[in-house]
Amino acid sequence: MLEITNLHAKVEDNEILRGIDLKVNAGEVHAIMGPNGSGKSTLAGVLAGRPIYEVTAGGVTYDGKDLLGLSPEDRAREGLFLAFQYPVEIPGVSNMYFLRSALNTGRRHRGLDELDAMDFLRMVRGKMKLLGMDESLMNRSVNEGFSGGEKKRNEIFQMAVLEPRLAILDETDSGLDIDALKVVAEGVNALRAPQRAIIVVTHYQRLINYIVPDFVHVLYNGRIVKSGDRQLALELEQKGYGWLGIPNGTLSPAAVAGAESVLAR
Amino acid sequence: MSGATTTLSAGMLDQADVYLAGFEAVEKRWAGAPGWLRELRRGAMARFTELGFPTGKLEEWKFTSVAPIARTRFHPAQPDSRPVRLPAAVPAGAPHVVFLNGRYSQAQSNLGGLPPGVRVGSLAEFLKNGRAEEHLARYAAWREEAFVALNTALAEDGAFIEISRGTVLREPIYMVFCSTPSGEPAMLHPRNLILAGEASQAAIVEVYAGDAGGNYFTNAVTELLAGETAVIEHYKLQQESQEAFHVATLQVRQQRSSNFAAHSVSLGGALVRNNVNAVLDGDGAQCTLNGLYLVGGRQHVDTHTVLDHAKPHCGSREYYKGILDGRSSAVFNGGIVVRKDAQKTDAIQSNKNLLLSEDAVINTKPQLQIWADDVRCTHGATIGQLDSEALFYLRSRGIGHDRARHLLTFAFANDVLGRMKLEELRAHLERQMFACRR
Repeated sequence: MLEITNLHAKVEDNEILRGIDLKVNAGEVHAIMGPNGSGKSTLAGVLAGRPIYEVTAGGVTYDGKDLLGLSPEDRAREGLFLAFQYPVEIPGVSNMYFLRSALNTGRRHRGLDELDAMDFLRMVRGKMKLLGMDESLMNRSVNEGFSGGEKKRNEIFQMAVLEPRLAILDETDSGLDIDALKVVAEGVNALRAPQRAIIVVTHYQRLINYIVPDFVHVLYNGRIVKSGDRQLALELEQKGYGWLGIPNGTLSPAAVAGAESVLAR
Repeated sequence: MSGATTTLSAGMLDQADVYLAGFEAVEKRWAGAPGWLRELRRGAMARFTELGFPTGKLEEWKFTSVAPIARTRFHPAQPDSRPVRLPAAVPAGAPHVVFLNGRYSQAQSNLGGLPPGVRVGSLAEFLKNGRAEEHLARYAAWREEAFVALNTALAEDGAFIEISRGTVLREPIYMVFCSTPSGEPAMLHPRNLILAGEASQAAIVEVYAGDAGGNYFTNAVTELLAGETAVIEHYKLQQESQEAFHVATLQVRQQRSSNFAAHSVSLGGALVRNNVNAVLDGDGAQCTLNGLYLVGGRQHVDTHTVLDHAKPHCGSREYYKGILDGRSSAVFNGGIVVRKDAQKTDAIQSNKNLLLSEDAVINTKPQLQIWADDVRCTHGATIGQLDSEALFYLRSRGIGHDRARHLLTFAFANDVLGRMKLEELRAHLERQMFACRR
């Protein structure tokens, strides 16, 4: 489904991805782990088409198409979904309107009829329940005044409604208490399906205790330095990153600069 | 009137003649008018010739040049009796008083179904047989403002609305000003007078619309008196032709414990100046000024407001937002005056601007004069662009780039529309704004 070959990307003058190779098949769950500044969020952002990143070498094919040649909205319409690490507040646009527009755009793209407000509400009700979302959230502005946990749940709720074929979860566990983490993980697990692939980007082991991956990759300094199965994640939890030759708490200067310039925005 | 040639520059001689000739024609038509009215007009014309058109040397006109108005040879607008299509903002069934090229059109107006206690019609009729002396030109500052002086001298008609004490209007009244293009540049000077009696309640909508291609100059003045405890909502929708000049003053006098709101949406016009002035002239009066200017191309829209707190315990809230695209420019100047006796004044002002293009220009300035010591006055202005992170968020969910921009732009304006209580007008504006940039 997804094939990443020798992917290099930079933000401004900082090279962050330095040759990523990764193959993801339908039905698989991949976890991408690594210390801060290793390039995890950059990889997620490049796949979703975040404009700040510039791809300098390599390529990505998605269902045989050149993913990098598609606009962010076309990637979404083709079934790619990014759950944001920092979901954006959009005052003045209601959650309901936003999500229905997004859903209908995808449906039009697939040649399906648009859903009106009533059908839409009927369809999303069950999914709100699954993620413990209060129905009143639908009439509020997108993410405005949501708690950290509500924002993350809203991301997974959107994913449940849009039913992507490739979902990328960027640090979805950060800032969640254990109960919220379980709810979010359950939401993701409910979406596991033979035709769907999921990439879980995370710094910690915590989330993948609940969303059990088929493959685990360790990203460091813009490259995948180790791949394995779930055992690798367990080893990381016990030993930390040090045994892979990654100095704990030490980051490549370029990666730090890159991450900071993104966060400063 | 010999002063005209000495105070207007040589290049404007012909144009000054146009206004003088216009004035003489008005005098002739109104030869039988009461003495006070003829004197008022004469005084105003003399004042206009003394003042001349404002120049950039005046602080209040620093960022708006009216040279394009001053150098155009405008002719009095010609009557047009052909039926026009009323602007879509005006519901067919609602009471409306219509002016075509500045003249009252009985045929197009619909004043049936008004409850007792309210009079709506042509100001000209009222002047001929009414008692306007105690109100007309008593509020708007024709001695100081050239455009108000010009209007006072040349105005012959406009809307007159009188709501008697205790009358509560359930339906809004629409005042509609339509311009149809003619061969040469035309000028119109609508003059409106709205008298809302004690404890009355009403919503009044002023709509200015012109056909595409119309090159004309609307110079409007509306005076509004809100009596004690009256609750009045005033709406103004400016959608003149994209070539038109529009200069307008809304002058409000509020009496004790009255509650007044002025909502303004400015969409049309090449060169637009909106003056909104409210004098809070009775204890406990409340005033809200809520507005939106949406400009593109080479449009220029200037909003000057003055909230004059003359008495204690009054509150004012001012929220203006601007959306600028293309090479457009806008000015916001928010004046708050707190007189010496106006203790416990509570005034909040906010002006936020969204620039959609790198070539758009906004000048925004609060102007506070506070003479009392126990007051709360806050103000803030912002200028920003669309949030690129929000734009990416929408796109990442499949919403196309243009539509995402549009959605965010609309969201920016949403709270201004949200403050409008008149549901039908709000819904119309939402549709219109959403459609024109889809």
